[in-house]
Amino acid sequence: MTAPASTQTVDLAARFPGIVTADTRPGYSGFIVEKDKLVEVATAIRDEFGYDLLTAVTAVDYLPEGKMEVVYHAYKTTGGPGLVFRVQVPRVDPIEVPSLINVYPGADLQEREAWDLMGIRFTGHPDLRRILMWEGFDGHPLRKDWKEPFYEEDAKPFKSRWPEGRHVMAEDRNPYKDNLKFPENFDPEKWIPDNDNMLYQSLKRYTMKNEDGLETDHIVVNMGPQHPSTHGVFRAAITLEGETIVGLKPVVGYLHRNHDKIGERNTFLQNMPYTDRLDYFNSMSNNLAYAITVEKLMNIPVAERAEYIRVIMAELSRIQNHLVFIGMLLNDLGAMYTPALYAFEERELILDVFEAVSGARMMCNYLRFGGVVRDIPPYVMQKIKDLVFDRLPAKTDEMDRLLTENEVLVARLKGVPVIDGETAIKYSVTGPVLRAAGVPYDIRRADPYSIYDRFDFDVAVRYNGDLYDNYLIRLDEIRQSLRILQQAVKQIPDGPINSQKPQYQVRVPAGEAYGRIESPKGELAFYVVSNGKPNPWRYHVRPASFVNITCLEKICLGAKIADFVALLGVLDIVMGELDR
Amino acid sequence: MDNEKLNLPQYDIPDDIQNAVAITTLDRLYNWGRRSSVWPLMFGLACCAIEMIAAQAARYDMARFGMEVMRPTPRQADLMLVSGTVTKKMVPAIVRLYNQMPEPKYVVAMGACASGGGPFKEGYNVVAGIDKFIPVDVYIPGCPPTPQALIAGLIKLQEKIDKESLKKVRWYRKGPDAVEIPVPILGPDLIDPRRSAEIKQIAAAVKEGAS
Repeated sequence: MTAPASTQTVDLAARFPGIVTADTRPGYSGFIVEKDKLVEVATAIRDEFGYDLLTAVTAVDYLPEGKMEVVYHAYKTTGGPGLVFRVQVPRVDPIEVPSLINVYPGADLQEREAWDLMGIRFTGHPDLRRILMWEGFDGHPLRKDWKEPFYEEDAKPFKSRWPEGRHVMAEDRNPYKDNLKFPENFDPEKWIPDNDNMLYQSLKRYTMKNEDGLETDHIVVNMGPQHPSTHGVFRAAITLEGETIVGLKPVVGYLHRNHDKIGERNTFLQNMPYTDRLDYFNSMSNNLAYAITVEKLMNIPVAERAEYIRVIMAELSRIQNHLVFIGMLLNDLGAMYTPALYAFEERELILDVFEAVSGARMMCNYLRFGGVVRDIPPYVMQKIKDLVFDRLPAKTDEMDRLLTENEVLVARLKGVPVIDGETAIKYSVTGPVLRAAGVPYDIRRADPYSIYDRFDFDVAVRYNGDLYDNYLIRLDEIRQSLRILQQAVKQIPDGPINSQKPQYQVRVPAGEAYGRIESPKGELAFYVVSNGKPNPWRYHVRPASFVNITCLEKICLGAKIADFVALLGVLDIVMGELDR
Repeated sequence: MDNEKLNLPQYDIPDDIQNAVAITTLDRLYNWGRRSSVWPLMFGLACCAIEMIAAQAARYDMARFGMEVMRPTPRQADLMLVSGTVTKKMVPAIVRLYNQMPEPKYVVAMGACASGGGPFKEGYNVVAGIDKFIPVDVYIPGCPPTPQALIAGLIKLQEKIDKESLKKVRWYRKGPDAVEIPVPILGPDLIDPRRSAEIKQIAAAVKEGAS
C-alpha cells in the first residue's frame, strides 16, 4: 500500500491567519476555510500554490453537530498529493456557500448536484437548478433527516431481515402502496408541473440580435433522453442558429439510481456490488477505486498477489472499454456496427476472463478489502497470457489498420477541435480527453496507487486536442495497458489473495478518505466518511463522466450540430456513472 | 417456417404443388410474419442495454431470430426491451415511447430492475418495475441477464406470439388497453394520473414524515 496522500505540503493556515484553520478532527485532514473568504482562499490555492485541478466538490451533512460541510479536493496537474479544504456552515436554511465557479469552472455541475441533493445554495452560481432530480421535487434527498418512501431503518442489516427474517414488503409499509411520498394535503389536480420551464429559461440567455438589430429566435432541439447516439439516457437541450450550436445544456438524472443514499444505508462491504453498476463497462475499476478508499480508512495492507490481480483486471477492463469506445464512436459517425462488431468480439474474450474469475460477465463484485475474493485458476491465467501476448496486440493493430487511415474517419475527425489543455484543466476534465489535449496527467503516474509505480509504461499523450487525437489516444492507451499487463503476468507472485480474513462486516475507524484511480474514463474517486459505525456516514462517488460533461457546453459552442454526437462520443460518458 | 408447420393438418395438398400452395388460417400467417421479424426499439436504459448490444453482436447474433433490425424511432418498432432501471424521471418518456409505438407492440422487461426495481428498489427515484405503467409480456430475470437469457426470453416472446389470435389481442379490443396510457407527471413525487384521486385522499389522511 502506498503512503496516505494526506500529507500536507502547504501551510494554508500560515498564509491566511484567522481565516483558515487546520482540520484537527481525528481521521480528517486539510483546512477549514471561513465561508466569506472562500473565493479569495481558493484563488490563492489555484494561483499561489498551484492546485489547478479541482476534482471533487461535495457536501456532508453532519446532522448531530448541526453543521453542513462542503468539501473540496484540489490537485496539481504536475502530480503529487492533493489539498483538501472545506467550509462549514450551520445547518439552518437557507444554507449558503459562495460558488467557486469563477475560480474553478469545473465546479459547475457538482455544485448543482450539491444544491439538488443537499440543499446548499451556492451564491453567485449563474444557473443553480436541480440536476439529478426534477424541478418541483420535494426535499433534498441526501440530507440525513430526509427519508425515502421505502424507508425502513437508518442502517442495514435491517432488524426485520436479520436474524429472524420477518420481512414485510416495502409496498405494504407505504400508505400509497408504492414508492411514493407526497406532502400533507397534496392535491394532484392543482399541481402545475415545471415542464422544463427553468431549463428553457436558462437557454433564453443565448437569444441574440442579428446585424439589423432584430431579435432573432433560435431553434431549440432536444436530443435525448431516447436517442441512438447519446449512449443511454443522456439529454442535451441545444439551441441552434442554422446548423451551428449557440447554446447547450446537458440534462441528466434519467438514470439517477440513488447510489449515494443507498450506499449510506448499506454496510461497507454491501456497497461493493453497487459499485459494479456505476460504470457498467468497468466494474473491476470501480471495485478497485472503492476498495482503495476503504483500505485507506481502515489502514490495512493488500496481499501482494492480489495487487497484481487487481492491476491485471483493471487494465483488461481498460482495454475492453477503449475497444468499445472506438466501436461506438464509429457507430456515432455512421459506420453502422462493423467496427463495433470487431470491438465486441475482443470484449467477449475479456469478459470470459472476468466470468471465469468472478462468476459474472459484467457485474464482477470481485475485490474485497485487503485483496480479491477468488484466485485466478491456472487455465484462466493461461488464457490471459494468450490474450495479452498474442491476440490483443494483433487485434489492436488490426483495428489500427482498419480505421486510422480511413478517409471518411479522417475527414470527420481531423481538425475538429474538442478542447485545449488549459481549458480542460479549468473545467476539471480528466482522463483520455485531458491527455489528448496535451496534458500528460495520469493518476497512475501522477499520484500512484496500488502497484503502478512498479511498472514501466508511458503516459499516452497527444497534442492537438481534436477529435482525431481523442480517437488515437485510445489506441495508444490500449498499447500501454498491454505493456503493463505483459509485465504483470510475468511478475505475479504466488501467495495469499487477501491480507484479511473473509468477513461480512469490517471495522472502519472514524475519519474520511478520498481514494481515486485512473479509470478508463478519467478520474474515478470515492469520498467516504465513517463515524466508526458499520455503515458509512457519507458515501460519495466522484464519477469521471459526470465531471467531464461540465465542459460539454464549452466545447460544443460554435460547432456544427452534426459534430455534436462525435464531441459527446469522445467524452466517453456512461450513464450509470454519470447519474449514479 | 417450412410449409408443414404453416399448413393446417386437415387439408391434403397434392404433392406437385406442395411448395407453391399453403392452406392455413389468417392468424397463423399473421403470427408467423410477426414472430419472424420482431423489430426492437433501439432503446437502452442502463447496464442491461450493454448485454442487449452484446446479444446483437457476433457471438450471440440476434439476427438468427429476425430481431437484428433495431429501430431508433418507436414508430417503426414492434418490441420495447426495457433494459435497465426505470427511474421516476425517465418513466414519462418511456410511457410516451410506448404510446407512440404502433400495434402490434410487445414489451419485455429485461433484468431485475425493469421487472421489480432490482437492487435499487429502495431508491427514492426508482420505479419498482415498469409493469406499474405499461403491460409487460415477458420478464427476464438476471442482473443483468446474460445474452443467452435475453435470447431465451425473446424465444418465449415468439412462443407467445404464436398463440395469439386476431380476435383476442388486446389492441383490437375495447377496454383500457385500447386507449393511450396517460403520461405520468413529475410533481413532488411521481404522479400517476390514473391514481390522482386516490393520492389526494391518502395525502389528506397521512401526516407528513410518517412512512
